[in-house]
Amino acid sequence: MSDYEADRPDVTGTRPDAGAKAKDASPWNWLLFVPIVVPLLTPLFNHVAPRLWGFPRFYWLQLAFIILGVGTTTLVYQMTKKRG
Amino acid sequence: MGDHVTEIVIFTFLFLLVSAMGFFAARWRSPDDMAHLDEWGLGGRSFGGWITWFLIGGDLYTAYTFVAVPALIFGAGATGFFAVPYTVIIYPLVFLVLIRLWSVSHRHGFVTPADFVRTRFGSPTLALIVAITGIVATMPYIALQLVGIEAVLKTMGVTGESALARHLPIIIAFAILAAYTYQSGLRAPALIAFVKDTLIYIVILVAILYVPYKLGGWGSIFDAADAKFKGTPATTDGLLLNANNQIYYISLALGSALALFLYPHSITGVLASRNRDVIKRNMSALPAYSLLLGLIALLGFMAIKSGVKPLPGATQGTVDGNTVVPLLFDQQFPDWFAGIAYAAIGIGALVPAAIMSIAAANLFTRNIYKEYLKRDASPQQEAGVSKITSLVVKLGALAFVVFVNPQYAIDLQLIGGVIILQTLPSVALGLYTRWFHRGALIAGWLAGMALGMWMLYEIPNAASKRAHFGGSAFPLSKFGFDTRWTIYVGLVSVAVNLLVAVLLTLILRAARVPEGIDGTTPDDYFADEGDPRVQPIAATVPGQAAAEEDRRRTTA
Repeated sequence: MSDYEADRPDVTGTRPDAGAKAKDASPWNWLLFVPIVVPLLTPLFNHVAPRLWGFPRFYWLQLAFIILGVGTTTLVYQMTKKRG
Repeated sequence: MGDHVTEIVIFTFLFLLVSAMGFFAARWRSPDDMAHLDEWGLGGRSFGGWITWFLIGGDLYTAYTFVAVPALIFGAGATGFFAVPYTVIIYPLVFLVLIRLWSVSHRHGFVTPADFVRTRFGSPTLALIVAITGIVATMPYIALQLVGIEAVLKTMGVTGESALARHLPIIIAFAILAAYTYQSGLRAPALIAFVKDTLIYIVILVAILYVPYKLGGWGSIFDAADAKFKGTPATTDGLLLNANNQIYYISLALGSALALFLYPHSITGVLASRNRDVIKRNMSALPAYSLLLGLIALLGFMAIKSGVKPLPGATQGTVDGNTVVPLLFDQQFPDWFAGIAYAAIGIGALVPAAIMSIAAANLFTRNIYKEYLKRDASPQQEAGVSKITSLVVKLGALAFVVFVNPQYAIDLQLIGGVIILQTLPSVALGLYTRWFHRGALIAGWLAGMALGMWMLYEIPNAASKRAHFGGSAFPLSKFGFDTRWTIYVGLVSVAVNLLVAVLLTLILRAARVPEGIDGTTPDDYFADEGDPRVQPIAATVPGQAAAEEDRRRTTA
């Protein structure tokens, strides 16, 4: 463990002292909870009706959650991307 | 096996083709010196975003997808569809976690999760535990790949009566895999991944368009499945979930998602990314795969509609559910295309098996061999040890095939999940907080692992009547609850792990037990491409990173 300690002074000079949190934190990140929680709410999709192209709701709705997942992560990525 | 000749010829041809590619891969992007861990185990750290994407995709879409999930859908219905919410929630779940891991690893030159834990908590013991856990957890996951290849071979009639004859083809296939992994390292699966993905896309697209058309449409496929499940006495199957298995479904999806990126091979793929943005972009793009996974899962229902009767299992009176998809292809496709489909499944199992065994071998070499056995190992010795370890890991996987015989092959992966989940507090939570005491993390791991193993031991196999290690759905009634609910062992055991870790942290802190030194600073978790490293590692010179590492360790 001490080997890493020895290296520490090499980089401290190049680091900003404050603002580390601000680099990553964004209110947009909270949106990520939506596609984590929604696909786990079984009462939402544990039904047959309505059918879509023959698929019971259980199957088509869970496949539709993929779009929710892609949409949300893409939105958060775009909104938190470093500018410039 | 007379009527499978075309299939066998095409399968063998494609299998030999990729094997040749595997050996040739050693020369791909010509390394200066293959006898080096950086070259053998990390492809010279030279893979860009696309190859990384293929590698991570290859980790996710394996025999698990093609054989195990449809087999579960075929046998149990709705429960097997948990793979879809699993692969939906995983990306938003790890979106922010993985970029922190990438940053801190970039800054410190970490290659494995154990490297991180060692520096973060100043505890070689905890790092050793994380390394061993990663290696052991990988074995049942590789075993699942073996089972997938075996299902294909069995369907083609390449099997036998005695135990040896039954396993011989797979032992040969794995010997070939082991040989070219030994020879070419990570380059072999990376090169073969292109062939694998091309074959798989063709087969998937044909399967999900052509087969439902031939069987009379999706509606009739679901109706046939519904009729089958209504006709069985079992209470755990059905076109929908019932009152007893909803908790299991949720805990499976959540537990699997938490586990996936703790596996050493997934982390290898992530750390190979160029910068934070590449990871974020991949997290948005990878779910496109989930759609295919969901539709492949439904091959299980197509097999019901098609009237597939699974081949007999290893013990009297059981059936081998893993053969349903190969049998479906055999029934619905012309022989030549079935041969291609079998090759896709077989190669689709080999690539991840190779990546997994390499990642496990790296873990052993870096965190056990160099840490405890031979601190002044030369790069050649390191690479040699990794090569041999990759063979040992594959043997361990074979042992899982023989000794753990769950009703559904997917339980092999789920058992791996129970094991790897015990590193969640130290690796995943460790990325966010240094609050936990290193001693408490070790105790939590012990508690979680002990409970997990006991729960797995207590689960019988309903099909083969073996009393132990029959699955991953733990009946809550065994805890004394008056219910028929079941729950995924992994989620319970990691919860207990966490509880113990929290309580002991409070106790150890009150007792003023030394906490160790945190070798990272808060800023390390936000470092990006171009930011200075703690170690001046020149990424442009392959092998130099490890050379730096050697120098540092020997002088420390």
